[in-house]
Amino acid sequence: MISGIFETFINNVLCLNEHKVENILTKIIFFSILISLIAGCVQNTPSGDLTSMTKTAPPPQELVLATTTSTCDTGLLDVLNKKFEETNNVKILTVCEGTGKAIATGELGAADVVMVHAVQAELIAVANGSFINRTYMMYNYFVIIGPENDPAGIKTAKNASDAFSKIAARQSQFISRGDESGTYKMEKSIWKAANITPAGTWYQSVGKGMGETIVTANIKEGYTLSDRGTYLSMKDKTDLRILFEADQTYLFNPYHVMAVNPAKFQNVKYDLAIRYINYTTSQQAQDIIRDFGRDKYGEALFTPAIINERR
Amino acid sequence: MNGAEFLYGGAVKAFELIINLDPYVMSITGVSIKVSGTATILAALTAIPLAFALSFLNFRGKQGLITLVNTGMGLPPVFVGLFIYVMLVPAGPLGFLKMILTQEAMILAQYILVTPIIAGISLAAIKAVPGPIIETVYTLGGREKDAVITTLKEAKFGIITAILAGLGRALAEVGAILIVGGNIAETGSIAGIGEGLSRTRTLTTAIVSETSKWDISTALALGIILISLNLSVNLLANFFRGRD
Repeated sequence: MISGIFETFINNVLCLNEHKVENILTKIIFFSILISLIAGCVQNTPSGDLTSMTKTAPPPQELVLATTTSTCDTGLLDVLNKKFEETNNVKILTVCEGTGKAIATGELGAADVVMVHAVQAELIAVANGSFINRTYMMYNYFVIIGPENDPAGIKTAKNASDAFSKIAARQSQFISRGDESGTYKMEKSIWKAANITPAGTWYQSVGKGMGETIVTANIKEGYTLSDRGTYLSMKDKTDLRILFEADQTYLFNPYHVMAVNPAKFQNVKYDLAIRYINYTTSQQAQDIIRDFGRDKYGEALFTPAIINERR
Repeated sequence: MNGAEFLYGGAVKAFELIINLDPYVMSITGVSIKVSGTATILAALTAIPLAFALSFLNFRGKQGLITLVNTGMGLPPVFVGLFIYVMLVPAGPLGFLKMILTQEAMILAQYILVTPIIAGISLAAIKAVPGPIIETVYTLGGREKDAVITTLKEAKFGIITAILAGLGRALAEVGAILIVGGNIAETGSIAGIGEGLSRTRTLTTAIVSETSKWDISTALALGIILISLNLSVNLLANFFRGRD
Protein backbone atom coordinates (compact mmCIF):
# COMPACT_ATOMS: atom_id res chain seq x y z
CA MET A 1 0.00 0.00 0.00
CA ILE A 2 2.68 2.46 1.07
CA SER A 3 4.90 1.54 -1.86
CA GLY A 4 1.86 2.09 -4.06
CA ILE A 5 1.50 5.62 -2.76
CA PHE A 6 5.19 6.22 -3.20
CA GLU A 7 5.08 4.98 -6.79
CA THR A 8 2.18 7.22 -7.58
CA PHE A 9 4.03 10.09 -5.94
CA ILE A 10 7.14 9.51 -8.03
CA ASN A 11 5.09 9.06 -11.18
CA ASN A 12 3.19 12.24 -10.59
CA VAL A 13 6.11 14.37 -9.59
CA LEU A 14 8.31 13.26 -12.44
CA CYS A 15 5.42 13.43 -14.97
CA LEU A 16 5.95 9.78 -15.88
CA ASN A 17 3.67 8.24 -18.42
CA GLU A 18 4.11 5.68 -21.17
CA HIS A 19 5.05 7.85 -24.11
CA LYS A 20 7.46 9.94 -22.10
CA VAL A 21 9.51 7.07 -20.70
CA GLU A 22 12.46 7.37 -23.06
CA ASN A 23 12.75 11.04 -22.36
CA ILE A 24 12.62 10.36 -18.65
CA LEU A 25 15.33 7.72 -18.91
CA THR A 26 17.71 10.18 -20.51
CA LYS A 27 16.81 12.68 -17.82
CA ILE A 28 17.56 10.19 -15.08
CA ILE A 29 20.90 9.23 -16.64
CA PHE A 30 21.84 12.86 -17.04
CA PHE A 31 20.82 13.62 -13.50
CA SER A 32 22.78 10.71 -12.02
CA ILE A 33 25.91 11.79 -13.88
CA LEU A 34 25.48 15.28 -12.52
CA ILE A 35 24.89 14.06 -8.97
CA SER A 36 27.93 11.80 -9.09
CA LEU A 37 30.03 14.68 -10.37
CA ILE A 38 28.88 16.90 -7.54
CA ALA A 39 29.29 14.09 -5.01
CA GLY A 40 32.78 13.37 -6.30
CA CYS A 41 33.69 17.00 -6.01
CA VAL A 42 32.33 17.23 -2.49
CA GLN A 43 33.86 13.92 -1.37
CA ASN A 44 37.28 15.04 -2.45
CA THR A 45 36.99 18.17 -0.41
CA PRO A 46 37.74 17.12 3.17
CA SER A 47 40.74 14.81 3.08
CA GLY A 48 41.66 14.91 -0.57
CA ASP A 49 44.86 13.30 -1.65
CA LEU A 50 45.83 9.73 -2.35
CA THR A 51 49.16 9.90 -0.55
CA SER A 52 47.48 10.21 2.83
CA MET A 53 45.44 7.10 2.05
CA THR A 54 48.29 4.92 0.85
CA LYS A 55 50.56 5.85 3.72
CA THR A 56 49.20 4.49 6.96
CA ALA A 57 50.04 7.66 8.85
CA PRO A 58 47.54 8.52 11.59
CA PRO A 59 45.02 11.17 10.58
CA PRO A 60 46.23 14.66 11.48
CA GLN A 61 45.00 16.17 14.72
CA GLU A 62 43.03 19.39 14.45
CA LEU A 63 43.82 22.55 16.34
CA VAL A 64 41.34 25.43 16.32
CA LEU A 65 43.01 28.86 16.31
CA ALA A 66 40.79 31.92 16.79
CA THR A 67 42.55 35.09 15.71
CA THR A 68 42.33 38.62 14.49
CA THR A 69 41.85 39.65 10.87
CA SER A 70 45.28 41.30 10.59
CA THR A 71 47.17 38.00 10.95
CA CYS A 72 44.83 36.29 8.47
CA ASP A 73 44.33 38.90 5.78
CA THR A 74 48.02 39.77 5.48
CA GLY A 75 48.71 36.09 4.73
CA LEU A 76 51.11 35.63 7.67
CA LEU A 77 49.29 32.60 9.07
CA ASP A 78 49.27 30.82 5.71
CA VAL A 79 53.06 30.78 5.90
CA LEU A 80 53.55 30.50 9.66
CA ASN A 81 51.06 27.66 10.26
CA LYS A 82 52.26 25.63 7.28
CA LYS A 83 55.62 24.83 8.91
CA PHE A 84 53.95 23.78 12.16
CA GLU A 85 51.46 21.55 10.34
CA GLU A 86 54.20 19.82 8.36
CA THR A 87 56.37 18.95 11.37
CA ASN A 88 53.57 18.00 13.78
CA ASN A 89 50.98 16.18 11.61
CA VAL A 90 48.39 18.77 12.55
CA LYS A 91 45.71 20.64 10.63
CA ILE A 92 45.16 24.12 12.00
CA LEU A 93 41.61 25.40 11.57
CA THR A 94 41.89 29.17 11.63
CA VAL A 95 38.88 31.31 12.52
CA CYS A 96 39.54 34.94 11.54
CA GLU A 97 37.23 37.30 13.39
CA GLY A 98 38.87 40.21 15.19
CA THR A 99 40.33 40.26 18.69
CA GLY A 100 37.12 40.76 20.69
CA LYS A 101 35.30 37.88 19.02
CA ALA A 102 38.41 35.67 19.08
CA ILE A 103 38.70 36.05 22.85
CA ALA A 104 34.97 35.37 23.23
CA THR A 105 35.30 32.25 21.05
CA GLY A 106 38.04 30.98 23.37
CA GLU A 107 36.05 31.89 26.49
CA LEU A 108 33.15 29.76 25.21
CA GLY A 109 35.49 26.85 24.55
CA ALA A 110 35.06 26.84 20.78
CA ALA A 111 38.81 27.33 20.13
CA ASP A 112 41.96 25.69 21.51
CA VAL A 113 44.32 28.64 21.17
CA VAL A 114 43.94 32.35 20.33
CA MET A 115 46.30 34.90 18.76
CA VAL A 116 45.18 38.43 19.56
CA HIS A 117 46.32 42.03 20.06
CA ALA A 118 44.56 43.85 22.89
CA VAL A 119 46.60 43.76 26.07
CA GLN A 120 43.83 44.97 28.42
CA ALA A 121 41.25 42.48 27.15
CA GLU A 122 43.82 39.67 27.21
CA LEU A 123 44.76 40.36 30.84
CA ILE A 124 41.10 40.39 31.87
CA ALA A 125 40.50 37.09 30.08
CA VAL A 126 43.55 35.52 31.73
CA ALA A 127 42.49 36.87 35.13
CA ASN A 128 39.02 35.32 34.86
CA GLY A 129 40.59 31.94 34.21
CA SER A 130 39.64 31.52 30.56
CA PHE A 131 43.19 31.40 29.23
CA ILE A 132 46.63 30.33 30.40
CA ASN A 133 50.18 30.42 29.03
CA ARG A 134 49.83 33.89 27.53
CA THR A 135 52.96 34.40 25.44
CA TYR A 136 54.36 37.44 23.65
CA MET A 137 55.15 36.51 20.03
CA MET A 138 55.50 39.64 17.88
CA TYR A 139 54.60 43.28 17.54
CA ASN A 140 54.26 46.11 15.11
CA TYR A 141 53.01 49.67 15.36
CA PHE A 142 49.66 51.15 14.65
CA VAL A 143 49.77 53.92 12.12
CA ILE A 144 47.52 56.92 11.67
CA ILE A 145 46.69 57.16 7.99
CA GLY A 146 44.95 59.90 6.10
CA PRO A 147 44.83 61.90 2.87
CA GLU A 148 48.20 62.90 1.48
CA ASN A 149 47.63 66.65 1.95
CA ASP A 150 47.06 66.05 5.70
CA PRO A 151 44.38 68.74 6.37
CA ALA A 152 44.72 68.49 10.16
CA GLY A 153 48.52 68.67 10.01
CA ILE A 154 49.20 65.62 12.16
CA LYS A 155 52.60 64.98 10.59
CA THR A 156 54.10 67.40 13.09
CA ALA A 157 52.21 66.04 16.09
CA LYS A 158 54.18 65.36 19.27
CA ASN A 159 52.47 62.05 19.96
CA ALA A 160 49.40 60.02 19.03
CA SER A 161 47.02 61.82 21.39
CA ASP A 162 48.27 65.17 20.05
CA ALA A 163 47.58 63.92 16.51
CA PHE A 164 44.04 62.92 17.51
CA SER A 165 43.52 66.31 19.18
CA LYS A 166 44.52 68.08 15.96
CA ILE A 167 42.04 65.94 13.98
CA ALA A 168 39.26 66.73 16.49
CA ALA A 169 40.12 70.46 16.60
CA ARG A 170 40.02 70.70 12.85
CA GLN A 171 36.95 68.39 12.74
CA SER A 172 38.53 66.45 9.92
CA GLN A 173 36.75 63.25 8.94
CA PHE A 174 37.76 60.34 11.17
CA ILE A 175 36.58 56.82 10.37
CA SER A 176 36.46 54.48 13.33
CA ARG A 177 36.34 50.66 13.28
CA GLY A 178 33.65 50.76 15.96
CA ASP A 179 33.85 47.04 16.67
CA GLU A 180 35.50 45.10 19.48
CA SER A 181 38.77 44.76 17.58
CA GLY A 182 42.20 45.39 19.07
CA THR A 183 42.55 48.38 16.78
CA TYR A 184 39.33 49.95 18.05
CA LYS A 185 40.36 49.35 21.66
CA MET A 186 43.62 51.16 20.90
CA GLU A 187 41.74 54.02 19.24
CA LYS A 188 39.53 54.46 22.30
CA SER A 189 42.53 54.60 24.62
CA ILE A 190 44.14 57.32 22.47
CA TRP A 191 40.95 59.43 22.55
CA LYS A 192 40.92 58.95 26.31
CA ALA A 193 44.54 60.08 26.59
CA ALA A 194 43.70 63.14 24.50
CA ASN A 195 40.76 63.79 26.85
CA ILE A 196 38.32 63.94 23.96
CA THR A 197 34.99 62.18 23.53
CA PRO A 198 34.78 61.97 19.76
CA ALA A 199 31.31 62.89 18.52
CA GLY A 200 29.82 64.83 15.67
CA THR A 201 29.47 64.49 11.96
CA TRP A 202 33.23 64.34 11.47
CA TYR A 203 33.50 61.12 13.51
CA GLN A 204 32.01 58.06 11.87
CA SER A 205 31.90 54.57 13.26
CA VAL A 206 31.58 51.90 10.57
CA GLY A 207 31.60 48.64 12.55
CA LYS A 208 33.58 46.83 9.89
CA GLY A 209 36.92 45.09 9.39
CA MET A 210 40.17 46.99 8.87
CA GLY A 211 40.15 46.63 5.08
CA GLU A 212 36.67 48.06 4.66
CA THR A 213 37.41 50.80 7.17
CA ILE A 214 40.46 51.89 5.14
CA VAL A 215 38.33 51.88 2.00
CA THR A 216 35.65 54.00 3.71
CA ALA A 217 38.30 56.45 4.95
CA ASN A 218 39.67 56.59 1.42
CA ILE A 219 36.27 57.47 -0.05
CA LYS A 220 35.56 60.08 2.66
CA GLU A 221 39.14 61.39 2.49
CA GLY A 222 39.37 60.95 6.21
CA TYR A 223 41.80 59.74 8.82
CA THR A 224 41.78 56.34 10.48
CA LEU A 225 43.89 54.21 12.77
CA SER A 226 45.20 50.99 11.22
CA ASP A 227 47.59 48.25 12.09
CA ARG A 228 50.67 48.58 9.93
CA GLY A 229 50.32 45.11 8.40
CA THR A 230 46.82 45.57 7.02
CA TYR A 231 47.63 49.04 5.73
CA LEU A 232 50.72 47.81 3.85
CA SER A 233 48.79 44.89 2.39
CA MET A 234 46.24 47.39 1.01
CA LYS A 235 48.65 50.16 0.06
CA ASP A 236 48.01 49.88 -3.68
CA LYS A 237 44.23 49.98 -3.21
CA THR A 238 44.16 53.31 -1.39
CA ASP A 239 45.41 56.90 -1.72
CA LEU A 240 45.80 57.23 2.04
CA ARG A 241 49.33 57.59 3.40
CA ILE A 242 50.94 56.94 6.75
CA LEU A 243 50.99 60.37 8.38
CA PHE A 244 51.95 59.52 11.92
CA GLU A 245 53.70 56.49 13.36
CA ALA A 246 56.47 57.62 15.66
CA ASP A 247 54.68 57.18 18.98
CA GLN A 248 56.17 54.17 20.79
CA THR A 249 53.87 54.48 23.80
CA TYR A 250 50.44 54.65 22.27
CA LEU A 251 50.88 53.04 18.91
CA PHE A 252 52.72 49.96 20.14
CA ASN A 253 50.81 46.87 19.00
CA PRO A 254 51.93 43.61 20.61
CA TYR A 255 50.47 40.23 19.62
CA HIS A 256 50.10 37.42 22.14
CA VAL A 257 49.13 33.79 21.84
CA MET A 258 47.37 32.05 24.72
CA ALA A 259 45.83 28.64 25.33
CA VAL A 260 42.25 28.04 26.39
CA ASN A 261 42.32 26.84 30.00
CA PRO A 262 41.84 23.03 30.03
CA ALA A 263 40.56 23.31 33.61
CA LYS A 264 37.56 25.14 32.19
CA PHE A 265 36.99 23.00 29.10
CA GLN A 266 38.25 19.42 29.31
CA ASN A 267 37.97 18.81 25.61
CA VAL A 268 40.35 21.51 24.40
CA LYS A 269 43.60 20.27 22.90
CA TYR A 270 45.81 21.87 25.48
CA ASP A 271 49.02 19.91 24.76
CA LEU A 272 48.77 20.75 21.10
CA ALA A 273 48.01 24.39 21.94
CA ILE A 274 51.17 24.53 24.06
CA ARG A 275 53.18 23.01 21.23
CA TYR A 276 51.82 25.71 18.93
CA ILE A 277 52.57 28.49 21.43
CA ASN A 278 56.14 27.19 21.83
CA TYR A 279 56.43 27.04 18.07
CA THR A 280 55.43 30.70 17.60
CA THR A 281 58.36 31.77 19.79
CA SER A 282 60.83 29.28 18.26
CA GLN A 283 63.74 30.51 16.14
CA GLN A 284 62.10 29.00 13.05
CA ALA A 285 58.79 30.83 13.54
CA GLN A 286 60.44 34.07 14.59
CA ASP A 287 62.52 34.00 11.39
CA ILE A 288 59.34 33.55 9.35
CA ILE A 289 57.73 36.52 11.13
CA ARG A 290 60.81 38.71 10.62
CA ASP A 291 60.93 38.05 6.86
CA PHE A 292 57.21 37.91 6.12
CA GLY A 293 56.11 40.59 3.67
CA ARG A 294 59.58 41.78 2.59
CA ASP A 295 59.23 40.31 -0.90
CA LYS A 296 55.64 41.45 -1.40
CA TYR A 297 55.44 44.79 0.41
CA GLY A 298 59.09 45.82 0.49
CA GLU A 299 59.16 45.79 4.27
CA ALA A 300 58.27 43.42 7.09
CA LEU A 301 54.75 43.65 8.50
CA PHE A 302 55.56 42.33 11.97
CA THR A 303 58.63 42.27 14.21
CA PRO A 304 59.36 39.05 16.10
CA ALA A 305 59.25 39.50 19.87
CA ILE A 306 62.13 37.24 20.85
CA ILE A 307 64.78 38.49 18.42
CA ASN A 308 63.94 42.01 19.50
CA GLU A 309 64.53 41.16 23.13
CA ARG A 310 67.94 39.79 22.27
CA ARG A 311 69.09 43.09 20.80
CA MET B 1 39.80 51.61 -11.18
CA ASN B 2 36.16 52.47 -11.64
CA GLY B 3 33.18 50.24 -10.94
CA ALA B 4 32.83 48.88 -14.46
CA GLU B 5 36.48 47.85 -14.50
CA PHE B 6 36.01 45.97 -11.23
CA LEU B 7 32.99 44.19 -12.69
CA TYR B 8 34.90 43.33 -15.84
CA GLY B 9 37.87 42.14 -13.76
CA GLY B 10 35.52 40.04 -11.65
CA ALA B 11 33.91 38.44 -14.68
CA VAL B 12 37.29 37.60 -16.21
CA LYS B 13 38.51 36.18 -12.91
CA ALA B 14 35.33 34.11 -12.47
CA PHE B 15 35.82 32.68 -15.96
CA GLU B 16 39.46 31.82 -15.24
CA LEU B 17 38.64 30.20 -11.90
CA ILE B 18 35.92 28.06 -13.49
CA ILE B 19 37.97 27.09 -16.56
CA ASN B 20 41.03 26.17 -14.48
CA LEU B 21 38.87 24.21 -12.01
CA ASP B 22 40.77 26.00 -9.24
CA PRO B 23 40.83 23.43 -6.39
CA TYR B 24 40.15 25.99 -3.68
CA VAL B 25 37.20 27.53 -5.52
CA MET B 26 35.87 24.06 -6.34
CA SER B 27 36.10 23.15 -2.67
CA ILE B 28 34.21 26.20 -1.41
CA THR B 29 31.61 25.61 -4.14
CA GLY B 30 31.44 21.98 -3.01
CA VAL B 31 30.85 23.00 0.60
CA SER B 32 28.13 25.44 -0.55
CA ILE B 33 26.36 22.68 -2.49
CA LYS B 34 26.78 20.08 0.23
CA VAL B 35 25.60 22.29 3.10
CA SER B 36 22.72 24.01 1.30
CA GLY B 37 21.71 20.87 -0.62
CA THR B 38 21.59 18.70 2.49
CA ALA B 39 19.76 21.37 4.48
CA THR B 40 17.18 21.79 1.68
CA ILE B 41 16.61 18.03 1.30
CA LEU B 42 16.12 17.61 5.06
CA ALA B 43 13.91 20.68 5.17
CA ALA B 44 11.77 19.41 2.26
CA LEU B 45 11.37 16.03 3.98
CA THR B 46 10.03 17.86 7.04
CA ALA B 47 8.17 20.72 5.42
CA ILE B 48 6.14 18.94 2.73
CA PRO B 49 4.56 16.36 5.09
CA LEU B 50 4.01 19.25 7.51
CA ALA B 51 2.20 21.25 4.84
CA PHE B 52 -0.03 18.27 4.06
CA ALA B 53 -0.72 17.67 7.74
CA LEU B 54 -1.71 21.33 8.11
CA SER B 55 -4.05 21.02 5.12
CA PHE B 56 -5.67 17.62 5.73
CA LEU B 57 -5.65 17.05 9.47
CA ASN B 58 -7.47 18.85 12.21
CA PHE B 59 -5.69 19.12 15.49
CA ARG B 60 -5.33 21.43 18.42
CA GLY B 61 -2.83 24.22 17.86
CA LYS B 62 -3.03 23.99 14.10
CA GLN B 63 -3.63 27.69 13.60
CA GLY B 64 -0.73 28.45 15.92
CA LEU B 65 1.53 26.17 13.92
CA ILE B 66 0.51 27.89 10.68
CA THR B 67 1.35 31.26 12.23
CA LEU B 68 4.67 29.85 13.37
CA VAL B 69 5.45 28.63 9.83
CA ASN B 70 4.56 32.00 8.33
CA THR B 71 6.64 33.86 10.90
CA GLY B 72 9.50 31.45 10.35
CA MET B 73 9.61 32.40 6.67
CA GLY B 74 11.11 35.71 7.72
CA LEU B 75 13.56 34.51 10.36
CA PRO B 76 16.65 36.74 10.44
CA PRO B 77 19.65 34.50 9.57
CA VAL B 78 22.07 36.27 11.93
CA PHE B 79 19.70 35.67 14.84
CA VAL B 80 19.38 31.98 13.95
CA GLY B 81 23.17 31.78 13.65
CA LEU B 82 23.73 33.39 17.03
CA PHE B 83 21.10 31.21 18.66
CA ILE B 84 22.64 28.00 17.31
CA TYR B 85 26.11 29.31 18.17
CA VAL B 86 25.30 29.79 21.86
CA MET B 87 23.55 26.41 21.96
CA LEU B 88 26.44 24.54 20.34
CA VAL B 89 29.57 26.12 21.86
CA PRO B 90 31.22 23.89 24.48
CA ALA B 91 29.97 26.29 27.18
CA GLY B 92 26.41 25.96 25.84
CA PRO B 93 23.68 23.41 26.59
CA LEU B 94 24.39 21.31 23.48
CA GLY B 95 28.18 21.67 23.63
CA PHE B 96 28.63 17.92 24.11
CA LEU B 97 27.58 17.40 20.48
CA LYS B 98 30.89 18.99 19.40
CA MET B 99 29.17 20.50 16.38
CA ILE B 100 30.36 24.11 16.54
CA LEU B 101 32.47 25.25 13.57
CA THR B 102 31.46 22.20 11.49
CA GLN B 103 29.46 21.72 8.32
CA GLU B 104 26.83 19.89 10.39
CA ALA B 105 26.19 23.05 12.41
CA MET B 106 25.83 25.00 9.16
CA ILE B 107 23.35 22.42 7.84
CA LEU B 108 21.36 22.70 11.08
CA ALA B 109 21.22 26.50 10.80
CA GLN B 110 20.05 26.43 7.20
CA TYR B 111 17.57 23.63 7.94
CA ILE B 112 15.92 25.92 10.50
CA LEU B 113 15.86 28.82 8.03
CA VAL B 114 14.61 26.83 5.03
CA THR B 115 11.96 24.52 6.56
CA PRO B 116 9.38 27.30 7.15
CA ILE B 117 9.92 28.66 3.64
CA ILE B 118 9.26 25.30 1.97
CA ALA B 119 6.35 24.59 4.32
CA GLY B 120 4.77 28.01 3.81
CA ILE B 121 4.96 28.03 0.02
CA SER B 122 3.86 24.36 -0.18
CA LEU B 123 0.91 25.15 2.07
CA ALA B 124 -0.12 28.00 -0.22
CA ALA B 125 0.23 25.69 -3.25
CA ILE B 126 -1.94 23.03 -1.59
CA LYS B 127 -4.56 25.60 -0.59
CA ALA B 128 -4.67 26.80 -4.18
CA VAL B 129 -5.86 23.42 -5.44
CA PRO B 130 -9.54 24.00 -6.33
CA GLY B 131 -11.99 22.44 -3.88
CA PRO B 132 -14.19 20.81 -6.57
CA ILE B 133 -11.24 18.65 -7.70
CA ILE B 134 -10.91 17.13 -4.24
CA GLU B 135 -14.68 16.78 -3.95
CA THR B 136 -14.71 14.90 -7.25
CA VAL B 137 -12.16 12.45 -5.85
CA TYR B 138 -14.48 11.66 -2.96
CA THR B 139 -17.53 11.53 -5.25
CA LEU B 140 -15.78 8.96 -7.39
CA GLY B 141 -15.31 6.80 -4.31
CA GLY B 142 -11.78 7.90 -3.45
CA ARG B 143 -10.49 7.99 0.07
CA GLU B 144 -8.33 10.44 1.97
CA LYS B 145 -5.23 8.79 0.44
CA ASP B 146 -6.50 9.47 -3.08
CA ALA B 147 -7.32 13.04 -2.13
CA VAL B 148 -3.74 13.55 -0.91
CA ILE B 149 -2.30 12.04 -4.09
CA THR B 150 -4.54 14.16 -6.29
CA THR B 151 -3.61 17.27 -4.32
CA LEU B 152 0.08 16.42 -4.66
CA LYS B 153 -0.37 16.03 -8.39
CA GLU B 154 -2.21 19.32 -8.68
CA ALA B 155 0.16 21.25 -6.40
CA LYS B 156 3.30 19.72 -7.90
CA PHE B 157 4.64 22.91 -9.47
CA GLY B 158 4.00 24.95 -6.39
CA ILE B 159 5.85 22.41 -4.26
CA ILE B 160 8.80 22.29 -6.65
CA THR B 161 8.88 26.09 -6.55
CA ALA B 162 8.85 25.90 -2.74
CA ILE B 163 11.89 23.57 -2.74
CA LEU B 164 13.72 25.81 -5.22
CA ALA B 165 12.94 28.89 -3.17
CA GLY B 166 14.33 27.09 -0.14
CA LEU B 167 17.47 26.05 -1.96
CA GLY B 168 17.92 29.56 -3.35
CA ARG B 169 17.61 31.02 0.13
CA ALA B 170 20.11 28.49 1.50
CA LEU B 171 22.69 29.03 -1.25
CA ALA B 172 22.52 32.81 -0.89
CA GLU B 173 22.44 32.81 2.92
CA VAL B 174 25.51 34.04 4.77
CA GLY B 175 24.60 35.46 8.18
CA ALA B 176 23.95 32.18 9.98
CA ILE B 177 26.62 29.96 8.45
CA LEU B 178 29.33 32.58 8.93
CA ILE B 179 28.69 32.53 12.68
CA VAL B 180 28.24 28.79 13.25
CA GLY B 181 30.77 27.62 10.64
CA GLY B 182 33.50 30.22 11.12
CA ASN B 183 34.45 30.58 7.42
CA ILE B 184 37.36 28.15 7.91
CA ALA B 185 39.74 27.25 5.11
CA GLU B 186 42.84 25.14 5.60
CA THR B 187 46.28 26.72 5.82
CA GLY B 188 47.35 28.05 2.46
CA SER B 189 44.00 29.70 1.78
CA ILE B 190 43.37 31.48 5.09
CA ALA B 191 43.86 34.82 3.32
CA GLY B 192 41.91 33.76 0.22
CA ILE B 193 42.55 31.85 -2.98
CA GLY B 194 45.47 29.47 -2.35
CA GLU B 195 46.35 25.82 -2.06
CA GLY B 196 44.35 25.02 1.10
CA LEU B 197 40.85 23.60 0.74
CA SER B 198 37.65 24.72 2.40
CA ARG B 199 36.36 23.28 5.65
CA THR B 200 33.43 25.54 6.45
CA ARG B 201 33.99 28.27 3.88
CA THR B 202 31.24 28.63 1.30
CA LEU B 203 30.88 30.91 -1.70
CA THR B 204 28.88 33.38 0.36
CA THR B 205 31.16 33.47 3.42
CA ALA B 206 34.18 33.76 1.11
CA ILE B 207 32.51 36.75 -0.59
CA VAL B 208 32.18 38.38 2.84
CA SER B 209 35.83 37.80 3.77
CA GLU B 210 37.12 38.92 0.35
CA THR B 211 34.99 42.05 0.62
CA SER B 212 36.34 42.83 4.08
CA LYS B 213 39.85 42.72 2.59
CA TRP B 214 38.47 44.80 -0.29
CA ASP B 215 39.59 42.27 -2.89
CA ILE B 216 36.63 43.31 -5.02
CA SER B 217 37.40 41.40 -8.19
CA THR B 218 37.72 38.09 -6.31
CA ALA B 219 34.53 38.80 -4.36
CA LEU B 220 32.68 39.60 -7.60
CA ALA B 221 34.11 36.49 -9.28
CA LEU B 222 32.83 34.29 -6.45
CA GLY B 223 29.46 36.06 -6.70
CA ILE B 224 29.27 35.32 -10.40
CA ILE B 225 30.01 31.64 -9.71
CA LEU B 226 27.28 31.60 -7.04
CA ILE B 227 24.73 33.12 -9.41
CA SER B 228 25.71 30.64 -12.14
CA LEU B 229 25.18 27.82 -9.64
CA ASN B 230 21.73 29.11 -8.75
CA LEU B 231 20.92 29.54 -12.43
CA SER B 232 21.93 25.97 -13.25
CA VAL B 233 19.80 24.61 -10.41
CA ASN B 234 16.81 26.43 -11.85
CA LEU B 235 17.54 25.31 -15.41
CA LEU B 236 17.78 21.76 -14.10
CA ALA B 237 14.41 22.18 -12.40
CA ASN B 238 12.86 23.45 -15.63
CA PHE B 239 14.35 20.46 -17.41
CA PHE B 240 12.62 18.17 -14.92
CA ARG B 241 9.32 19.97 -15.14
CA GLY B 242 9.30 19.16 -18.81
CA ARG B 243 7.51 21.26 -21.36
CA ASP B 244 4.12 21.58 -19.78
